[in-house]
Amino acid sequence: MSDITRDDVAHLARLARLAVSDAELDMFSGQIDAIVDTVSRVGEIPDDVPPTAQVVPQTNVLRPDTTEPSLRRDVALAEAPAAEEGRFRVPRILGEEL
Amino acid sequence: MTATIDAAPYTVEEVCERFDPVMGLEVHVELNTATKMFCGCANAFGAEPNTNICPVCLGLPGSLPRLNGTAVESAIRIGLALNCRVRERSGFARKNYFYPDMPKNFQISQYEDPIVFDGYLDVPLDDGTTWRVEIERAHMEEDTGKSLHIGGATGRIHGADHSLLDYNRAGVPLIEIVTKPIVGAGVRAPEVARAYVTALRDVLRGLGVSDVRMDQGSMRCDANVSLKPKGTDAFGTRTETKNVNSLRSVERAVRYEMGRHAGVLLCGGTVTQETRHFDEQSGTTSAGRPKETFADYRFFPEPDLPPLEPSREWVETLRAGLPERPWERRARIQAEWGLSDEELRDLVNADALDLVADTVDAGAPPEAARSWWVSYLAQQANAAGVTLPELAITPPQVARVVALVAEGTLTNKLARQVVDGVLAGEGEPDEVVAGRGLAVVSDESALTTAVDEALAAQPGIAEKIRAGKTKAAGAIVGAVMKATRGQADAARVQELVLERCR
Repeated sequence: MSDITRDDVAHLARLARLAVSDAELDMFSGQIDAIVDTVSRVGEIPDDVPPTAQVVPQTNVLRPDTTEPSLRRDVALAEAPAAEEGRFRVPRILGEEL
Repeated sequence: MTATIDAAPYTVEEVCERFDPVMGLEVHVELNTATKMFCGCANAFGAEPNTNICPVCLGLPGSLPRLNGTAVESAIRIGLALNCRVRERSGFARKNYFYPDMPKNFQISQYEDPIVFDGYLDVPLDDGTTWRVEIERAHMEEDTGKSLHIGGATGRIHGADHSLLDYNRAGVPLIEIVTKPIVGAGVRAPEVARAYVTALRDVLRGLGVSDVRMDQGSMRCDANVSLKPKGTDAFGTRTETKNVNSLRSVERAVRYEMGRHAGVLLCGGTVTQETRHFDEQSGTTSAGRPKETFADYRFFPEPDLPPLEPSREWVETLRAGLPERPWERRARIQAEWGLSDEELRDLVNADALDLVADTVDAGAPPEAARSWWVSYLAQQANAAGVTLPELAITPPQVARVVALVAEGTLTNKLARQVVDGVLAGEGEPDEVVAGRGLAVVSDESALTTAVDEALAAQPGIAEKIRAGKTKAAGAIVGAVMKATRGQADAARVQELVLERCR
């Protein structure tokens, strides 16, 4: 059994910028607990099996450093909910600058 | 909360009576590749906002990153220049965070397996000694977009109403170079920090992999500082001062943080682990946000980029092509050219060293090459308000002018006119000589005729010369030079005048 607590869920929710109610904290902590339990079966794999993040047997796939056409700005900005002065407009950013 | 105590800073000397400073320096360098790290958009500074963007760097659904081979090559070369080991197999990871400067909501970086690691840089200090800075790692990642905060009083995020994003920089190839903890520098810690960033900048410039312009953000330094009480082993709590934008600021930021930490600790407080902003005006730092813990970035392997396995042949080819270290090159050039420390420093400060070296490589003697660049050409650059490298004349062209003087085709005065012609876009030096009719009149019979004419025009002076008053010859020489529009060799004219009056 893993032990995902309400605090863990609240922390995850904050990182994901999700508003989660008290009732949901209980519900999600149980659900995430079950998910983590399932995934943790990966730990049963013997240590001599290397971790694998890639299933395609390719390495060194490199692109030549030559420019390709970019999007037209008006086309790119047209996809955005809001734009201003040639830039993407986003709501006020909470918290600090990176 | 004691953590917010901002006591008056102590001097570095006072700090080091009680504490040993520990530093870690993280330097971000934008590569000067033609394109971005994972897409073919142009990597260009100063373009109109959002004109170098595409589905990949905007993180649009279905787009896939494709790795820039030149960026990988630059990363390996940087590692080799820093005496690092190159990892046999490295890969990328996603660093997850929510901030609109990365439209994907993650930054592609390297996490557990950076491409190069475990190196060092021997850094020259002001007193001529070197300080070895150990390199932990250097890894590849992508730069973020630029935010413009609207509605706040100072353009900063506080009080802003909304923000505007320019993603031209999003995806620009970045190399982050991280030192191991720098311990034992004591009162020299601020100097070591500056000297390291200076040496690193020079190495990177020598490699030609980046513009390394701290003022334009193509090289940025984050300085981690902590203090440990003398006689203890455990490091103190560190702060990370972000985006310190000049070499001098690196030194000042470290000095200020050392003093501030000491102030907090000596008042019985604790240092808060946080990022700090450096203020160039006041030379002080102010608190940013508390640093998120590493786990909060939820790094996980980037599934869309296959791993890198640089072949030994590739690595050795790149190693063989590394340039001399800049300070070793400077020392060699100083010895070869017989320069004083001051002459060398003037060349370096004037950005002239490479130009002179290239002029020498093109065949000019070092003294003549140096003289042109530091005097006449420096004056022209100054007058035009440009730097020496921006001047519209190349080292081979200067070498050609030097050669024309050496072979007697040009006098120094004519040579300056040829240089003026080149700067004015009249072509190669030989074309300017032909176009402006500047070659020295070396036709002896023509010169002799001119001398005779001058003597005939001023019979009184001619008489004095014949009577042995050779000083009077100057007037005739002047007349001949005037008649030949300065294109005669004055020394030869003098000889001819005396010969004809014998």
